[in-house]
Formats: sequence, structure tokens, C-alpha cells
Amino acid sequence: MTKILAVDDSNSLRQMVAFTLKQSGYEVVEAVNGTDGLQKARATQVDLVLTDVNMPGMDGITLVRELRSLPTYRFTPILVLTTEAGTEKKQEGRAAGATGWLVKPFSPDQLLATVKRVLG
Amino acid sequence: MSIDISQFIQTFLEESFEGLDSMESLLLSLTSDDSESINAIFRAAHSIKGGAGTFGFSEVARFTHGVETLLDEARAGRRAVTTEMIALLLESVDCIHAMLEAARDGSPVDAARIATIGAAIEASLRTVDHVMLDSKTVDSKVLDTQLPEAAANSHAAAQGPHGWRIVFIPEQDVMRSGNDPLRLIAALRELGVLQVACNTSALPPFEDLNAEDCYLSWEMTLLGEVNREAILEIFEWVEGQCELIVEPLSASAEVVDEMVDEVPHGDNNSAQACPNQSLQASGSEPPSLSVSASASSSAKPAARNRADNGSIRVNTDKIDALINMVGELVITQSMLSQMGSHLQTGDINYCIEGLLEGLAQLERNTRELQENVMSIRMLPISFAFNRFPRMIHDLSASLGKQLKLKLSGEHTELDKNVLEKITDPLVHLVRNAVDHGIESPDVRLAAGKPAVGTVHLNAYHKGGNIVIEITDDGAGLNRQRILAKAVERRLIPAGQSITDEQIHDLIFAAGFSTAEVVSDVSGRGVGMDVVRKNIKALGGSVEVQSRDGLGSTFIIRLPLTLSIMDGQLIGVSGESYVIPLISIVESLQVREDSVKSVASRGMVYRLRDEYIPVLFLHELLGIRSPDTKQLTESLLVVVEADGQRAALVVDDLLGQQQVVIKALETNFKKVGGLSGATILGDGTVALILDVSGLISLSRQITGPARSIHPEENKAA
Repeated sequence: MTKILAVDDSNSLRQMVAFTLKQSGYEVVEAVNGTDGLQKARATQVDLVLTDVNMPGMDGITLVRELRSLPTYRFTPILVLTTEAGTEKKQEGRAAGATGWLVKPFSPDQLLATVKRVLG
Repeated sequence: MSIDISQFIQTFLEESFEGLDSMESLLLSLTSDDSESINAIFRAAHSIKGGAGTFGFSEVARFTHGVETLLDEARAGRRAVTTEMIALLLESVDCIHAMLEAARDGSPVDAARIATIGAAIEASLRTVDHVMLDSKTVDSKVLDTQLPEAAANSHAAAQGPHGWRIVFIPEQDVMRSGNDPLRLIAALRELGVLQVACNTSALPPFEDLNAEDCYLSWEMTLLGEVNREAILEIFEWVEGQCELIVEPLSASAEVVDEMVDEVPHGDNNSAQACPNQSLQASGSEPPSLSVSASASSSAKPAARNRADNGSIRVNTDKIDALINMVGELVITQSMLSQMGSHLQTGDINYCIEGLLEGLAQLERNTRELQENVMSIRMLPISFAFNRFPRMIHDLSASLGKQLKLKLSGEHTELDKNVLEKITDPLVHLVRNAVDHGIESPDVRLAAGKPAVGTVHLNAYHKGGNIVIEITDDGAGLNRQRILAKAVERRLIPAGQSITDEQIHDLIFAAGFSTAEVVSDVSGRGVGMDVVRKNIKALGGSVEVQSRDGLGSTFIIRLPLTLSIMDGQLIGVSGESYVIPLISIVESLQVREDSVKSVASRGMVYRLRDEYIPVLFLHELLGIRSPDTKQLTESLLVVVEADGQRAALVVDDLLGQQQVVIKALETNFKKVGGLSGATILGDGTVALILDVSGLISLSRQITGPARSIHPEENKAA
């Protein structure tokens, strides 16, 4: 089953993302910040990472950078969930190695469309 | 498929209120160079905005966006953190709080205030701070908020021709960002009929080929009513990592065929990524552009009903401890059942010993389990205390007094229900302390005190109670003024000497205020009586100690929980009842010569120099059985409630124990004189007596029953 790691310090958003993905038959691993996310990504190889940017402890951008430095995550799609519609955070995310982004607020349908697009 | 996201709204609201609380406390302690705090405040605002947008609170999202932008500029060092800004942000926190509350409860919001604060934020965003060099940032952010509409317009304007020529030349390392050109092409295919040609001319010889690099480029024609933005959106993630040409098809139509080339075999990666033939596919429905707008509005109605279903956050340590204890309980149980089976076969003495040991263990397990389950409902009083830094900050500004707040014992835990109900009385007492107690700076200096007044909130456990003290170092209660006011209001006769304690008690009388000027903070005289009533309703008490010129202390005593209480078991006519221990003053044997019969008042009992009405429980409760003893053989339990004493006639005192209160109201109906029921160790049900209810019940039967002082009695 396709595994997706969802990293967000906001419980409600993370739960929404996880619920939406689970409903569509994905297996979801949840993490509450970058450190947690990195640990879980190391423990289980996932097929897609969705991460929030602003989080206490390790932020999303650092998580992307850390993941990309792992041999098993060099090509794994990583999407950053950002509220910033501006280009600054997107560029920062991409410079760190993110595949793309999803701009908050997004609906469950948008989330699924993007995930499907990335996972093919 | 559609996903119902309303189920997460509760969580969102909870975390948002938490976020707002932490924003507030951080703002109150914020200094300009505290980047860690500014970051934390920003993060909180950011999360609220994100969630609000997702869960359909577009007003909140829009409002918070301005706040977030302001904070973002502050944390980026583009805007100085001023006291005005902090004040504005605090107001904003209130607004967001009010908006979310309104969303939760369906209550009305102060739209005017929100509009004012919102405008103030907009205005301060427009004022370019002197340290801020890049004014473009503001413009672009403002534009972003209007994005959905603007985007829709531009889409309409850019209605494309019937086809596009797309040339896509990714950089070699494109796949290292997790982007797969094949997926992009697949996404394009969904927009219309797509013809793809792959250009393999850049492929190096096999031995030089790095399987992780991309050497291919593509040229495609996309046929159909597709607008340019939809195509660019697909390539959005690889922008800057590729060369991309998107032009209307009329410019060049036949390139595609020429570009087709052969792919060398043996290159696993490229072969997979690049089929050596033109791909033709007709796309499914083009994705709808209005998704974001419709999705965010659809979540709204569900949020209307009050979402507070009484959930509680519990530290996982507490849950782990519980699970641990249940484990112990299971072990004890299996040990006991093993002993039980031994009984039939084994050595009886050995079994009895084992059973007794097992029972002792069971008792310990049960007690620990009970304590731990109770502690789950316990929350630190900091939940109530945390609002006071802000309140003191605001009061200090509005009253022109210099104030300092000291908190201690914030980690003292008490029942969630008690905590919720004690907050309002606490607010009132702190307000009073600041308004009436603490003097203005010049008066304080003249009295030789520091200009800054201190309010100290302290909480600690004492016995089975929690004690909360509110101490101020102000002027103390003004004895003369209270006395004068009390005489004026005919609460006491003029010229009567009364003790300090009685004076202090007067401030809890309804409608009592000594404030010369009624301020918007306090002084209307409603409140102290309500404070006392609320505290009493929780089974607690409040008293005041005051020293002239040195300040006063309000001491609140509360039970730790509302669901378990210490009770005195009594027997009346063969039935067992429970009297709350907290309301018992003393128990004594009846002395015949102390019992007096007073016309129209029933019987009174002379206890030292006070006459107390005697209440016959079996009469009040409607039990008339031959078991009822003579008064002289009975015992009297002197109880106090609402400042009134009464002596209850009981047959026996059976013992004290903790009882779990089961409400009568929810299981049966409200019965006068009873506050609930409990199940005793032997399985029988005992009713819990409501002392103040009993006193008022007795009044209905025998007329006003109140304690009389002997002097008063003689005068009458």
C-alpha cells in the first residue's frame, strides 16, 4: 500500500490530511514536527511526504533538506504545505529539495488531486 | 469523493484557543529583541490562519492574515516591535478569539470592533516602517488575499486557442527534487489530447550515463480548449529547473513528428521515463478552477452548532499510569481467583492467608485507581491564572495604577468543573483588589509604599481542599466606610458594636459597595454576593482578612472535586443518610434543659450563647416509624449552610467515608432537601442531604427558622 508521511504541528490539519488520505486507501504515518517526521521517515520508507513549513523544533524546510540527504529519500516526492501564496517560501522549499507545494487552505479534494498527481 | 472535514473543527477550535492563549502570554512578556517569542507568536497566528481557511472560517482567515503579515515583518526585522503594535496585536487576539467563539456557539460578534481593529492592522501594514526597505512585500501580500478573484479573471481573459505547442527541457537534476517528467506529462494529458515527442539527442554514451540524471527533453502538442495558466500550473513546481516554451499551436504545427527519435536500449531510467513513440491520450475532465472557493464555503454550516462537547486534554503520563494500574488489578484478580479454586482442594489456612493478602492488594489497587482516575479530571489552576497577566496589563492602563502580578502554585490541580466555575469569581476578586485595594501611585508613595502595587495569586492544597488566595498590598478594607455604609443601608442597626469578622462579612452582602465613584471596573455592588454564592454552590467558602493600610487577602476554599465528597453517615429511623462533612459544625448529645420550644418557631436548642432551630429529620424526610427515638436519646448534628445554622436530630452517627455522588436530578428528579445519592459499601443506596435545602424546607413547615442571639431574644 502506498505510504504517505504527513507532518504538521496543527492537530486539526494533520488529522484532516490523514483522514482524507486514509479514506482514499493510502496508509498514513503522522508526525508532529520535523524531528518527529525525520525519525518516522527513517523508520518506515514512505512514498510521499507532506510537510507543514512553520513548526516548532525542526521546521518543514529543514526536514526537506534532511530527507533529501538520506539515500532512500533522494527521489521521493516531498510536498510542502504552505499558507504563503508568495514565492518566497516556495523557492525556499524548492531550494531545499521539495518537489512542490500545496497552498493552504486546501480542500480534501484538492489534496487528493495533488497527491494523485505526484504519485501518478 | 467528498470528505466531511467538519469533524476536525472541534480540534481546530481547541488548538486555536490554545494558540491564542499562548500568543497573548507571549505578547505580554515580549521585548523587541526576543526573536524566539516573536517566532512563536507568528507560528500560532500562522496555524490559526491556515486552519481557519481550511475549515471554512474565511473571516477569521482574512483577519488573521493581516496579523500574521505584521508579525512576519516583525520577525524578519522589517518592523520594530513597539508597545502600540503589541497593544494592537493583543486586541487582535481578542478579536480572533471572539470570532472563533462566535463560530463555535453561533453567538453574535462585535462586528464594529473587529472592523476597527482590522482597519488598524491594515493601516499599520500600509505605514512603511523606517527599518523596512522593501515595500513591495506588502503590496504583493495584499494582492495575494484577493487572488481567487483576480485569478479567475485572468483565466477568463486568457481563453486559449485550440492547441498549444509545449517544449519542455528539464535540467539534468530535475528528478532530485522528486519531480518526475513523466508525471508532468501525464498531468498535461488530462487537459486535452496530447501528442508527445521525446528528444534523446542529449543522451550521453551509456558508460557516461548517470541513471539519476535526466538527459531527455520533450516537445508536445496539446489539443483542446486549454488555457495557458492551466499548463503553466502543471510546470509550476519545476519552474527554474527547466526551459519551458508554451506557445499557441498556429505558430508551429508539425515539429512533433520531426522530434521523434530512438531511445537507446539498456538505459533503465530513461527507457521508463520516455516511451519511444508519440503518446496520444485524451484527457478526462479538466480540473475545475473554482475548487478553492466552493470548498472553503461548504464547511461553514457544520461549525454553527456549539462544538464544546466537554473534551479534556490528558497528559499521556497519567494514562500510562492508569493502564499500569489496570494491569496490577488484573494480576490481583487472577491471584484471587486462583486462591478461590484452591479453597476446594488445598490447605484452608494457606488459602485464607492468600485471600486476605489478595484483598489488601485489591484495596490498594482500587484506591490508586480511584486517585488516578480522579486526577484525569484535574487541571492545573494555571488555566484560570493565565488570564490575569493580560487583565492586570489592561487594568493598569485603564485605571492609571502601576501594577505587578505575582502568581504562585500555578501547578496546583483541581477538577475541571470546579476550575471552570471558579474563573469568574476570581476575575471579580482580582478586579476588586486592583480597583478598591491598590491605591494610585502618588497615594502609595505618600504612604511610604512602593508606587507599584502587587496582586498575588496563590494556590495550594490543604487537606482535601484547594485554597486560592488573592492578596493585594493596597489600603485594606476601610472599616469606617463599610460600617457607615452598612448602617445607611440598614444592614446593621446604628451604634451596635461588631467584630472585624462581621464587618468583613458585610462586603459579601447583596448590593453592597463603598466605592464613591462607580467605575466601569467595579463598584456597582453586584458581584461580591454573587462571588460568594458561586463559591458556595461549588461547596466552598470565601473569607477575607484585611489589615488597614497593608492590604487584604481573600481566601477561597474549594473541594478538589464535585463528584466525590467526604460524608458523615447517619442513621434516621433505620435508614442511612449522608451529610456533607464540610457543612457539619459539630455533633453533640442532647441535653434536655437546652431544648426550648418557641411558639411558631418549633424547637430551638441552646448551644452556648446561641439558639439554633432543631430540625427533626424523620419529619422533614417523611419517615415516621416506631424506631424513632426520644429526643433525649438522639444526637444532634449542628450544620451550617448559607450562614445559617441548624441542629439535625439523628439516631446514630455511623461513620465517615468518601462517597461518590450520583445525581438524583439526572436519574430521577430533583427532590427538596436532597442533593444526590450514593451507593454504600454493602450495596445499599444512601441519600445525600442538602443542608441549605433542608433549612428552607423546615421554614415552609414551621415558619422562619433562624438562629437567634440571646440578646435579640430578650429584646423581643
